[in-house]
Amino acid sequence: MNSAPALTRQHILDLLENVKDPEVPVISVRELGVLRDVEMSDGKVFVTITPTYTGCPAMDTMREDIVKELHNAGIMDVEVKQILSPSWTTDWISDAGKAKLKAYGIAPPEKTADIRALKGELPVVPCPQCGSKDTVMVSAFGSTACKALWKCNTCLEPFDQFKCL
Amino acid sequence: MKMTQQEALFQYCLRRGDDNLILSHRLSEWCGHGPQLEEDIALTNRALDLIGQARNYLQYAGEVEGKGRSEDDLAYMRKERDFVNVKLVELHNGDYAYTMARNFLYDAWHLPLQQALMKSADTQLAAIAGKAVKEVTYQLKTSADWMIRFGDGTEESHQRAQTALHALWTYTGELFTTDEVEAVLQKAGIVPDMAPIKAAFDAKVDAVLAEATLKRPADGFMMSGGRQGKHSEHMGFLLAEMQYLQRAYPGATW
Ligand SMILES: [Zn+2]
Repeated sequence: MNSAPALTRQHILDLLENVKDPEVPVISVRELGVLRDVEMSDGKVFVTITPTYTGCPAMDTMREDIVKELHNAGIMDVEVKQILSPSWTTDWISDAGKAKLKAYGIAPPEKTADIRALKGELPVVPCPQCGSKDTVMVSAFGSTACKALWKCNTCLEPFDQFKCL
Repeated sequence: MKMTQQEALFQYCLRRGDDNLILSHRLSEWCGHGPQLEEDIALTNRALDLIGQARNYLQYAGEVEGKGRSEDDLAYMRKERDFVNVKLVELHNGDYAYTMARNFLYDAWHLPLQQALMKSADTQLAAIAGKAVKEVTYQLKTSADWMIRFGDGTEESHQRAQTALHALWTYTGELFTTDEVEAVLQKAGIVPDMAPIKAAFDAKVDAVLAEATLKRPADGFMMSGGRQGKHSEHMGFLLAEMQYLQRAYPGATW
C-alpha cells in the first residue's frame, strides 16, 4: 500500500541525501560518489552503489542505511546493487562534498589528474584548520581506510587527509 | 582428464583469494602490537584492503563453482589441504622488518599482476583488479618506503631487514610458478603471462633494495607446494585461530 504513482526518481534522490557516510557524517553517499544510480521499474527501486575501498566496512552500513531511509519513507520494495567497475575515484566527491570535508577538519583529496601522489610523491596538503602549507604526513594510513594522518607545523594540530585514489 | 575453463577459473580465484586472505589474517595479528600507534593502524588498514580483495575473489569463486558456497564457506569451512595460497603469506610475522619485507615482496609481485589482470577477458576479474590496483599501488609505496628506511637507517634496522630478506627469498619463487590452471586461462586471455610480471618484480626489487643499500639474495632453491595445498607447519595454527568461531558454532552470524 504505497504511494507508487507519486514516486519520482528525484524524490528518491532527495531521500538518499539523508544517507551519510557513517564515518564522516557530514557528507552524503551522493556527495561521496558512492551512489551511482537510481532506477525504478514496476514500483521497485534499484539503487546502485560502488565501494570506496574494497574492504571498507562502512559499505555494509551505507547499504543498510539506504534501505532503512527508503523504508521509513514507505518505499518497501528496494534492492541495493553493488558494482566494482568503473572503480571509485576521489574525483567523484562533489565540490560541495569536498568543502564539507574541509569544514569537518579533513583535508579533501586533490584531483587525480594533476597530482604527484600517483607518481609516488607526496602532495602539498594545506592544513584544514589554519590553511598553512607547512604540513607533514605522520602516517600513510589513518583512522579509516580512506584517510592518512597529517600534522600541521604552523598550528601544530594533527589532521586527517582524505587519500587521493 | 583435462581441466575445464570453469574448473581453472575456480582454482585461480581461490589462489588469488587465499593469498590475500591469509596475508590479511597475519597482518591482523599485529592489531594492538604495532611498534607505534600509526603503524598499528597502517597494518590493520592494509589487512582490511586485503580482506576486501579476498572477499571479492572468494565470492566470485563461489559463483563460478556454482555449488552455492559463499565467501564465508570458502574462507572458514575449507580444510588446510584445500587452501592454495603461497607459503610466503602463511609464515609467522617475525619482527617488524620481517613483516614489512614480506609486504614489500608481496606488493612488488601483486601490483604488476593486478595491472595485467585489468586487461583480463573475464570482466569480473578485470573489475576486481581495477579496484584493487589503486590500493595495491598505495601499499607498495608504503612497504618500499619502509625497506629504504630500514636499510638506510641504523645498523640494527639494516641488519634486521637484510636477515628478513634472506629468510623470505626462497618463498618468492612460488609467486611466479604456473601450472595447468594458468595454462588453460592464459589461452583464453583471462590471466596474463607471468614473464613480464617477473620482470617488473625484479626491476622494482632491484631499484628499492639499491636505494635501501640492501643486498638482493641470490636465487637458488625455491619453496613450493602451497598452490597444491601442501603447506608449512605455520598454516595449521593460523587456520585453527582464523576458523575457530565457524568451526565451533557453524553458521554463526551477528
Ligand atoms: Zn594548521
